[in-house]
Amino acid sequence: MNRIFASAEEALDGLLHDGMMLSVGGFGLCGIPERLIDAVLASGVTQLTCVSNNAGIDGVGLGKLLRSGQVRKMISSYVGENKEFARQYLDGSLEVEFCPQGTLAERCRAGGAGIPAFFTRTGVGTLVADGKEHREFDGDVFIMERGIRADLALIKGWKADEAGNLIFRKTARNFNQVMATAAPLCVAEVEEIVPVGTLDPDAIHLPGIYVKRLICGAPYDKKIEFRTVRTVEA
Amino acid sequence: MAWTRNDIAARAARELRDGFYVNLGIGIPTLVANNIPDGMTVTLQSENGMLGIGPFPLEGEEDADLINAGKQTISELPSTVYFGSAESFAMIRGGHIDLTILGAMEVSEGGDIANWMIPGKMIKGMGGAMDLVAGVKRVIVAMDHCSKDGESKFVQSCSLPLTGKGVVDMIITDLGVFERPDHASDFRLVELAPGVTLDEIAAKTGARYAV
Repeated sequence: MNRIFASAEEALDGLLHDGMMLSVGGFGLCGIPERLIDAVLASGVTQLTCVSNNAGIDGVGLGKLLRSGQVRKMISSYVGENKEFARQYLDGSLEVEFCPQGTLAERCRAGGAGIPAFFTRTGVGTLVADGKEHREFDGDVFIMERGIRADLALIKGWKADEAGNLIFRKTARNFNQVMATAAPLCVAEVEEIVPVGTLDPDAIHLPGIYVKRLICGAPYDKKIEFRTVRTVEA
Repeated sequence: MAWTRNDIAARAARELRDGFYVNLGIGIPTLVANNIPDGMTVTLQSENGMLGIGPFPLEGEEDADLINAGKQTISELPSTVYFGSAESFAMIRGGHIDLTILGAMEVSEGGDIANWMIPGKMIKGMGGAMDLVAGVKRVIVAMDHCSKDGESKFVQSCSLPLTGKGVVDMIITDLGVFERPDHASDFRLVELAPGVTLDEIAAKTGARYAV
């Protein structure tokens, strides 16, 4: 089985359809699958639901799919720094389901692990708890949250071997690891594809069982949202 | 003289203990990192997947793959470890983080906190704040005592949508410190900023508290 494709367009061939749900990795602009997002943009597929912690910024990342009007609904924890998002949200053309960040991560983990729902303390007594089942365990109140199972996962890794075993780099791992598992099929873009046997089997972050299709997206010009530096101490 | 933003952060830093794992919010709480006492080992957690946050990088050493939860470039330490978001919030929700210090728009006398949403304005989302206040062992709010309009932010009942209900343990403002020993108790005024009187803080506080 060859899982390596020459381009993001080829890797997504036959996988996209209108109205589908995508689970997308990244935190802010860090570790976003930008080649795959570009290919989704080019495909013209619409009415998408995107499960992603953030929605990119104007014209970058998922911000591209918002600008093109291809997204119908976002399931996210934080969507600041995005004027196009604000415009569509306020005029009602974009539906948003706000989900606490840890609950979002766990909903995807659960969905990927075959767990349809779980109970958490997060959000009890807030708007997030409205309409959800409440249950007491050991004297504390919890709410039920549903697992998320998307149609397709799009993620960005650092290196993968030809069997799809993948490692991330620094904080670019973020949601990529869990989003990869939250769909029956994950397409990953990485900076380098190496021969099997190159990566330490004990150091793999995402086993190749999840990564059915793979592209090398290099070279990357990674964007920084807030560049902060210190000066050398005297 | 009421406390400055850095004074508030320095006062909050006095709540740190050797060996603590701590998550700091955005704003005044971020300044706590500059006030960790010498010789004390405190490990800072960033909810995007990192324990052991280092200082901002030197110019030219910024790495787009290395950011904090505020999306700022940071650096790593020899003790740094990275993990994914599910693991990050497992340690938060699971009570493994000793302390979180957060900003707030309102805190109520019952320990409710509101810091994520103003209805009618653009809503950005709660990020990880609801998970932090629900899961971390001790929750400290570091904030200005009054809003820009001069309204008390420590109130009888929050008017804004809540981030968490009955979760705050300590409030540090520019005027003083309020604390309660457990979530069933009332807040007590335990400290005044230099030059601040009991009458002044009473006049500027909407919440009921013990003295």
